[in-house]
Amino acid sequence: WRRRSRRRTWRARSSPTSTPTARSPTRAPSPPIKRLRAFHIIESTVRHGVVPPQDITREAWVLTDEAKGYAAGGSREVHLVAAIPPEGASRAALKEEFGDVVFDIARKAAAKNKWIRFERGIVLRTVEDTTDEMQELLKRVENGEVVPDLIKELKRRKLVTKEKVIWYSLKKGPEFVVKRKTLATDVTREHLKSGDWKDLEFKDYNYEAQGQPIAIGYSQPLLEVREAIQNIFLEMGFSEMPTNMFVESSFWNFDALFQPQQHPARDSHDTFFLKAPATTTQLPDDYLEKVKQVHQSGGYGSKGYGYDWKRDEAEKNLLRTHTTAVSARMLYKLAQEEHFAPNS
Amino acid sequence: APTCLSKPPLSAFTSSGSPAVLARLPGSRVPPPANNTAPQPPLAMPTVSVGRDRLFAALGRVYTQDEFEALCFDFGIELDDVTTEKAIIRKEKHLEEDVEADGDDEVIYKIEVAANRYDLLCLEGLARSLRIFTGSEATPIFKIASIPRGSMLQMHVRPQTSQIRPYVVCAVLRGVTFAEVRYNSFIDLQDKLHQNICRKRTLVAIGTHDLDTLQGPFSYEALPPQEINFIPLKQEQTFRADALMDFYRSDMKLKKFLHIIENSPVYPVIYDSNRTVLSLPPIINGAHSAITLKTRNVFIECTATDLTKANIVLNTMVAMFSEYCENKFEVEPVEVVSHDGSTAIYPDLSCYKMEVSLSDIVGPIGISLDETQVISLLNKMQLQADLCSSNREPCISVSVPPTRSDVLHARDLAEDVAIAYGYNNVPKSKPKSMTIGGRQPLNRFSDKIRAEVARAGYMEVLTFVLTSHEENFDMLNRTDDGNKAVIIANPRTSEFEVVRSSLMSCLLKTLKHNIDHPRPIKIFEVGDVVSLDTSRDVGASNNRRLAALYCNSNSGFEEIMGLVDRIVKIVRAPHINFGQTYYVPSSEPEFFTKRQCKIVMSDGKQVGYLGIVHAEVC
Repeated sequence: WRRRSRRRTWRARSSPTSTPTARSPTRAPSPPIKRLRAFHIIESTVRHGVVPPQDITREAWVLTDEAKGYAAGGSREVHLVAAIPPEGASRAALKEEFGDVVFDIARKAAAKNKWIRFERGIVLRTVEDTTDEMQELLKRVENGEVVPDLIKELKRRKLVTKEKVIWYSLKKGPEFVVKRKTLATDVTREHLKSGDWKDLEFKDYNYEAQGQPIAIGYSQPLLEVREAIQNIFLEMGFSEMPTNMFVESSFWNFDALFQPQQHPARDSHDTFFLKAPATTTQLPDDYLEKVKQVHQSGGYGSKGYGYDWKRDEAEKNLLRTHTTAVSARMLYKLAQEEHFAPNS
Repeated sequence: APTCLSKPPLSAFTSSGSPAVLARLPGSRVPPPANNTAPQPPLAMPTVSVGRDRLFAALGRVYTQDEFEALCFDFGIELDDVTTEKAIIRKEKHLEEDVEADGDDEVIYKIEVAANRYDLLCLEGLARSLRIFTGSEATPIFKIASIPRGSMLQMHVRPQTSQIRPYVVCAVLRGVTFAEVRYNSFIDLQDKLHQNICRKRTLVAIGTHDLDTLQGPFSYEALPPQEINFIPLKQEQTFRADALMDFYRSDMKLKKFLHIIENSPVYPVIYDSNRTVLSLPPIINGAHSAITLKTRNVFIECTATDLTKANIVLNTMVAMFSEYCENKFEVEPVEVVSHDGSTAIYPDLSCYKMEVSLSDIVGPIGISLDETQVISLLNKMQLQADLCSSNREPCISVSVPPTRSDVLHARDLAEDVAIAYGYNNVPKSKPKSMTIGGRQPLNRFSDKIRAEVARAGYMEVLTFVLTSHEENFDMLNRTDDGNKAVIIANPRTSEFEVVRSSLMSCLLKTLKHNIDHPRPIKIFEVGDVVSLDTSRDVGASNNRRLAALYCNSNSGFEEIMGLVDRIVKIVRAPHINFGQTYYVPSSEPEFFTKRQCKIVMSDGKQVGYLGIVHAEVC
């Protein structure tokens, strides 16, 4: 396949596999196809097991139509000189013969070659014969010769243009087939039932695509961490305390834990006291007396705090500030037991 | 419209699907605190700022920062921050890095100390403790100057003081030399003590005076404010006490102490024999007796509502600064004469004597040391220890100095021995007896339910236990009859006014903050709600509940029913014969009528309810 970049038509070659030459376009029997469409056709041949096409770009200088005329019939300057009689001719006469434009061009070229001279408005020959170098050159270019140093002049005189030709070389690959096959995307019940599955060929999966997100339930991550921590203690033989009691009295939360009543932790800044229920109605009186004594004047080896302990303060309800309040209750309960022994 | 399931007796716990919903619901602003005072950091450890070079000079050697940090760590304190006065001022005034600020470039160490160590609140005490700890100095023995009883300064206490501020203790430091740094240290210590043990001057207030400007004997009185006139510190005109209260209402530093006395018919006041006002405790001292750098003899008075603490404060003041007295560590006593004629001499610098068996000290720690070793460790911590003369088992007698008022029990001695020994050096061990652990049955049951509901495709959420009154009641179309919810007396924000009495509002709130989540939204929680309960000693009890919510473009009533059916199936005890239907029509205000029902067991007990949430709810 050969594609001309200027003209947007295609010409098909008869044999798709032979090496292209820039020189010899053959007229293909098929009608011209638009460039883009032909490009897609080429791409799609890959599906038929054709090796992906190689494109080969060639650039060549071709003669313009004007230049072709000169190549065939000789250049203008030669004609001009030939048209001048030995005695010379006037400019006007020459202009009339060749036309203004052609005369100008030919005159310049001839003058450059020093074939003519001017004398009192008369154009005279300086040489007898001229060698039509221009015609020679153009013929050579037409034949495909590359003339790098002279091409500039030709380009300036608009006698040549650059032509880009892109060739595609197509080769049969190992999987070359003439007939195209459709690929299956899925295995279906019908395939299995009918037995068609035996002939199935599958389109490639795109493994980079994500699977379908599934609908699931979730566990709260903090609670999972809590469970892990609980397990550590359980495995060491600890028993869980009942902590499902958010409202606590200052007695169990502070006083029983030897926290003095003017301690900053008992500030309204740092503890949520309650409006309802505001106070605790029942506290173990005998234990309370002991707690009071230790706070006020010590005991059990302690010096005590030496302040006046108030029951009202201990009865104030609050939202438990630490689970140690539960520990205090548990210790009191354990102390009521007859014997103290490890839990089992 | 969302459909909600709620089951009162079963535990319902909520876990948050997206982590953002747990900690702080996305999009919800935290409203500003109810009161406008800046919240105190809860129980921050006191920090002492000392000049590094001064400290090293006092310690007798220079440390690298790492070495000093290690020393602090060993002693049980922490080097919190290293800064300069310039940097502090810059920070306070919010200045940029390159802007000129006042203050010098002296490196300042900020050291965090335990809140009950009043002897570490100033450079003098800190350096001394560290010197004793490293062994370069022995624990000082504080002496009371021997002054004959008749020549002692006296403080007479009038009876009216018992109405407002009953106690006063005093002492004198003779022949001190106040360089500027010592003076600043002296003032700073008073500030720290006021903030700390004095509970912002409510329990104890300290006044320090230039004794040479005064004439004893002194009197501690309580008079109606109109009768008290004096020139307060830093002022030049005389004020009457009640006018002074108004004057200080705009003073940033003093306005927070006015409440302590301002509504009392009598204000406490201390006079000398010339009726010069020494101070109006706990507000301000008189200008007349103000201490200057030239002061040589210092009179310290502490007025208080707690005598024990007053003594601790006075002892701390004199223990720290008596090292600058002419007779080092000697304090001159003052006699306090009460209105009933009884007298007492202060300061009471006596040591508290303890006799403790060796096993009581090393046993709780879990190390084995002999008496000599324990004694040397205790001495490092300023606890004068010696062998006990008597007793069959090894025993140690300890003399606790007045600077260690935090030592109350043998356990405190054990703690100090452990610190001196080094907590990291205590060998780890396993318990010697085997026990069988176990879970609370309710929690075990809750976890099983949680797992089941999660398997049913619901997302566990964990919501706040505290909620606003509006969310708990109005938003659910319910009224508060005053017998339901536990109400907080001092809520910090309106978000936390009551303890939740229903999980439903919590789930709805979670839904509200995640309303753009792709449908269907299926969330649940198993958790406690609290209600008033007169059968309990505290007057309230927790109730474990399960709640689940389904939200989609269709109501999903049958979805929630499906979940209930599943739970009933897995929970039902085999011997309870459930009837064909356990759904009974109900009429709760939070659901549409005829689009709700309650779940009733065959014994007639209601265990829950479900329905399509009413359009008016939230």
